[in-house]
Amino acid sequence: MTENGFKQHDRVLTMDTINPNVISVEYAVRGPIVQRALQIEKELKMGMKKPFTEVIKANIGDCQAMGQKPITFFRQVLALCSYPDLLEDSRFPDDAKSRARRILQACGGGSLGAYSVSQGIEMIRQDVAQYIERRDGGVTCDPDNIYLSTGASNAIVTMLKLLVSGEGASRTGVMISIPQYPLYSAALAELGAVQINYYLDEDHCWSLDVNELRRALQKAKTHCTPRALCIINPGNPTGQVQSRQCIEDVIRFAAEERLFLMADEVYQDNVYADGCEFHSFKKVLFEMGAEYSETVELASFHSTSKCYMGECGFRGGYMEVVNLDPEVKAQLTKLVSVRLCPPVPGQALLDVVVNPPQPDEPSYGTFIKERSDTLAALAEKAAITQKILNQIPGIKCNPVQGAMYTFPRIHLPQKAILEAKEKGESPDMFYCMKLLEEKGICLVPGSGFGQREETYHFRMTILPPKDKLKIVLGKIQEFHQCFTAQYS
Amino acid sequence: MSFLKKIKPVAKNAFHSEKDILSRHAARITAEIQQGERKGYNEVLNLSSGDLHSMGIKPLTFIRQVLAACFYPALLQDECLPLDVRERAKSLLKECEGGSVGSYTDSSGIAKIKQGVSKFISSRDGGVPSSPENIFLTSGSQRGLMIMVKLLFQSKDSSWQTGVLIPVPSYASFNLALAAQGIVMVPYQLCEEQGWTLKVEELHRALRSGRTTCNPMAIYICNPGNPTGHIQSKESIKEVIQFAAEEKLLLMIDEVYQNCLYGDRPEFYSYKKVLSEMGSTVELVSFNSASKGFMGECGLRGGYMELVNFDPTVMQYIRNFFYTEHTTPVSGQIAVDLMANPPKPGDPSFPIFSEEVESTRNTIRNNIHRTQKVLDELPGISCQPLKGGFFVFARLHVPPKAIEWAKNRQMEPDLLYCLHLLEETGLHVRPGCEFGQKKDTHHIRLCLATQEEIMEDVLQRLKTFHLRFMKEFS
Repeated sequence: MTENGFKQHDRVLTMDTINPNVISVEYAVRGPIVQRALQIEKELKMGMKKPFTEVIKANIGDCQAMGQKPITFFRQVLALCSYPDLLEDSRFPDDAKSRARRILQACGGGSLGAYSVSQGIEMIRQDVAQYIERRDGGVTCDPDNIYLSTGASNAIVTMLKLLVSGEGASRTGVMISIPQYPLYSAALAELGAVQINYYLDEDHCWSLDVNELRRALQKAKTHCTPRALCIINPGNPTGQVQSRQCIEDVIRFAAEERLFLMADEVYQDNVYADGCEFHSFKKVLFEMGAEYSETVELASFHSTSKCYMGECGFRGGYMEVVNLDPEVKAQLTKLVSVRLCPPVPGQALLDVVVNPPQPDEPSYGTFIKERSDTLAALAEKAAITQKILNQIPGIKCNPVQGAMYTFPRIHLPQKAILEAKEKGESPDMFYCMKLLEEKGICLVPGSGFGQREETYHFRMTILPPKDKLKIVLGKIQEFHQCFTAQYS
Repeated sequence: MSFLKKIKPVAKNAFHSEKDILSRHAARITAEIQQGERKGYNEVLNLSSGDLHSMGIKPLTFIRQVLAACFYPALLQDECLPLDVRERAKSLLKECEGGSVGSYTDSSGIAKIKQGVSKFISSRDGGVPSSPENIFLTSGSQRGLMIMVKLLFQSKDSSWQTGVLIPVPSYASFNLALAAQGIVMVPYQLCEEQGWTLKVEELHRALRSGRTTCNPMAIYICNPGNPTGHIQSKESIKEVIQFAAEEKLLLMIDEVYQNCLYGDRPEFYSYKKVLSEMGSTVELVSFNSASKGFMGECGLRGGYMELVNFDPTVMQYIRNFFYTEHTTPVSGQIAVDLMANPPKPGDPSFPIFSEEVESTRNTIRNNIHRTQKVLDELPGISCQPLKGGFFVFARLHVPPKAIEWAKNRQMEPDLLYCLHLLEETGLHVRPGCEFGQKKDTHHIRLCLATQEEIMEDVLQRLKTFHLRFMKEFS
């Protein structure tokens, strides 16, 4: 009995009654190692003595958290949209003002605070469509096939929701690369879909081999109904940039096997390696001719969180759907309406991203410089990371061709593997936890992304400022040597 | 032909296309007007949703100034912005990783903002403690509700589908969200004759009925109500809590209109406060949002939910689950902070801020009075007293001839009324059939949060149409 004579009752929501799919959801990027990192930061603040003075968080692709500066022009336009009185302020350039005015005119009541239609402000979808046409050398893009979303993640989950159905042998199977970005595995777990793993080839720069796709698909057909193929290009966590040939092969495979293609292209501007180039799935699809471009169903995803913008906190993004059955598209449109609308500041940001300053505009010079500097810095850090990691005995790292991460293979002594298993931890988690406790560096163990059996990796971002990055890499070197020696 | 036609049945059944007829028609008329086709009016007046800014209510200056300074920190040096604006922006930026609103935040929201929210709640409830650990920032209350129902959902393999008791009438988006998640809706009727009150006997009846077809796990209540504008008395809240305790139900309480009160003596009681006074251990999740109140920042997507009396292990899983939620937009989190912690007397921005809030409140209050007066004078239309929220849910006493006419057109009478109202006067309001209503009753919902001149125009158009309608079908 409680004080007021209330009978203590059993709870409604317990581990037995909660949605079981929710329990199986894991997201390594923010998982236990990050929780421990936050705890350590608190301990440092309270004055606890550690072998380091700060925790360096190289676990999450959060550019601005690691010091990358936002693009001035974008922030000016957003400020003008938020507080239109600033349109009278002479310190803001005219090109920023004209874009802000244009965006506000497309908003209800001229305000970022009004709901937009669920699919996203029409004018912005038109602008996005034109951006895609320019990017893809003129391949037509219909604004009605564009869905603005709360970051790319939200659109990916919505599409998956639409794709997942059936029970038992007819349960939807979704092909995803191993290693993968754990949003996919989390979403599939939550939806109760079957995850079909296809392995990227570590020995060949993490490239995708269609034979491996075929193998994975055949195996999966025995226990589910494969319906979709997800591909991340440039890759996360692996950083590989797929060749044009490879993209064609994947499209051909998807056409043969009647698979829905989901192309996650959020890192499309993050391409560093010589000889590598971003090819959008849409463009390649259309260049393969009507046999493919009129039949293959494709959803491509992009966002304002990565590339040179790094605006994760704004939750701006879109997806483009191609060859979607009209009835299904109607269902998609209705499904997105349940979320009411994507955040309007994110929509506004996306609009400026696809409508950046032009050569004849006042902000052009600054804009181009900021963009180039940011991308050049990332390229430089990619190269440094790759070089230094490959110099460490026991660590082997593929070229960081694109995106923002490195996913090196780490050789772990047998003793360490055993100790980890005794503790019930995956060996790379064991390794990363020790790295965190001893050096204050927060990475994500490869087991969070998937990897071949008996191989171990970690994912590190290349985002810390150059000098700090070098220090981090140095500490990893020290740690790896000690760790190897300790467990020999 | 795409295999996708075999689409998940729930997603397919979730939506009735009827609801879109009005919006599509409104869009068509707007296009026609733009192309110069003359109608009896110059524009469509959209009163279909609780979106203040789109209806001409201005955003609050303080909020927009802080937002601008957060987006473009060069403004922190700008002395044209009041000091408290700059201080607030500075302190918010300090809480962001890398000092930027472009960074990811903690999954459940920026810690300092959650602390601010818990203080707000505690202060609102006369000192009842609130812990930031129990607070989750969300991208609006709709999102919070969807997450909660997701937790309750059981797959088709389990013996009983999860059910949630929902009020009739209830606002459409929430019903859509439930259906999309595969939750069974167990309706309970609000009592229109008594001002849309909630009768506990009706809850008992609904629950008994619900238990024959599903496993009801929760009861959803909107207080102040949407679309009804009703505010629950303290007694009624106590009864509901008692009911939830006895029948083992989780409480999902949507309190987004808690700041939209028009009586001289505010009569709003939060469920949290009453729960605490009763010493009850019933599981409670309360929702609030920056979309409503007099901020009306729907587009920023900011809200929060507070979970009380939940199992600690379950709470941990909820936190884990939030990691995949990919964070509420920082713009929304800032809006929530400003909602929980607005300018105070003595702050430089306070005079303008309070004037703007009062002005909006008075505008809506005046609109309510005008609307009630006009409706009182019209035959065949009436409404219950409006205590809170933005909407009037007016009862249409549809003449039998009109019901016949609607039957012949195979449409709900109130939908047909709305279509004709739209076509003939350019007024876009929503029909009661979209919200649920007692059989053989009909209603329309209008949003009253608009400028007074617009409201007057709306009421004249409605009056003209309605009189003609009643005459034609007498």
